[in-house]
Amino acid sequence: MGSELVGTLNYWLAAVLLLIGLQGMLMRRNLVKKLMAMNVMQVAVIMFFISLAMKTSGTAPIELPGVTDVDAYINPLPHALMLTAIVVGVSTTGVALALLIRIYRYYGTLEEPELLERMQE
Amino acid sequence: MTPFRTRQNLIWLVILVAAGILFYAGSQLPPVGDPRSPAATHVSPYYIEHSHHETGAPNFVTAVLADYRGYDTLGETTVIFTAGLACLLILGVELGRSRPGEEP
Amino acid sequence: MRSPFGSSILDAACRLPVPLVMLFAVYVIIHGHDSPGGGFQGGAILAATVMLIRMVRGEDDVWGLDRTRAALLACCGVGLYAGIGLLTILCNGNYLDYGVLPLPLKPEKVRFMGTLGIEIGVAMGVTGVLVLIFDALTEGETQEGDDGK
Repeated sequence: MGSELVGTLNYWLAAVLLLIGLQGMLMRRNLVKKLMAMNVMQVAVIMFFISLAMKTSGTAPIELPGVTDVDAYINPLPHALMLTAIVVGVSTTGVALALLIRIYRYYGTLEEPELLERMQE
Repeated sequence: MTPFRTRQNLIWLVILVAAGILFYAGSQLPPVGDPRSPAATHVSPYYIEHSHHETGAPNFVTAVLADYRGYDTLGETTVIFTAGLACLLILGVELGRSRPGEEP
Repeated sequence: MRSPFGSSILDAACRLPVPLVMLFAVYVIIHGHDSPGGGFQGGAILAATVMLIRMVRGEDDVWGLDRTRAALLACCGVGLYAGIGLLTILCNGNYLDYGVLPLPLKPEKVRFMGTLGIEIGVAMGVTGVLVLIFDALTEGETQEGDDGK
């Protein structure tokens, strides 16, 4: 059990980071803090995928002349998928920040309880 | 209890359930760095072996992203373009003037 | 961001790294085939240099990339990518099948050139969009701040 825990340590840490982000998104009352917690969750998922791509005998996925063994390079597929994930994260954060600026200009506050009160008036 | 305290207890319960599911699933994963894990033995050996003489690029990640899966990269460029467009539309920015201080 | 920082030390200090960083960004875009890099990374670095100038010198020093031109750059980037795909259809191939382009090179070098073309398109698109998002988010009200409602 102990050696199994050390062997999969990256996955446990990525799960803890995901839970920290989830807790921040549900518990905090300021909208900007919720947005930052969402970014933390995205980083946790990206870390999980990158540690799935690891091979202990491998090096960076750029072909060295003469070395053609499959086990000498790490898995390139999750890295390509996570480039897409990073760009999607940037897009989501940009649009969310634009929405927050509009909310602030119209209601004057970014705290959730006051926002709900002002919306009902 | 105030409504906020009951909501807080409910949130801790949800996080505990999510933690249980994540840790149970995490214990079934192969160890990090295993060269015989399922992620490393189906499609990626083909990419590692054949990408240099099929695409002419020594970098496997660029070959996968721009040649084997080039259509997905087109979709992703459209995603970031749409996000920029949505940002402009939400904030009501006009493009008709070249310097922000002048009149249109 | 609205008005210049007002410090001549920052103004002089940012003149040194900016040309070197722009050159490095173009290097990262074009050498995406031989070293880590590619279109997205180089486009983000290029947008970062424009944002640095915008932050230090204020909003009026648009440095050639005012809002209309940034939107045009983004559209040209996406259009270049989709246009190469349509070009391969006109040359009797599938969409985005670079092997059928009529260049006088070996077959894998033709695919190399096709990939280089779309990486440049991606870099232009990413630069334009990031500069546009930065401009839109920092436009805002007057310098005295909002009064809310």
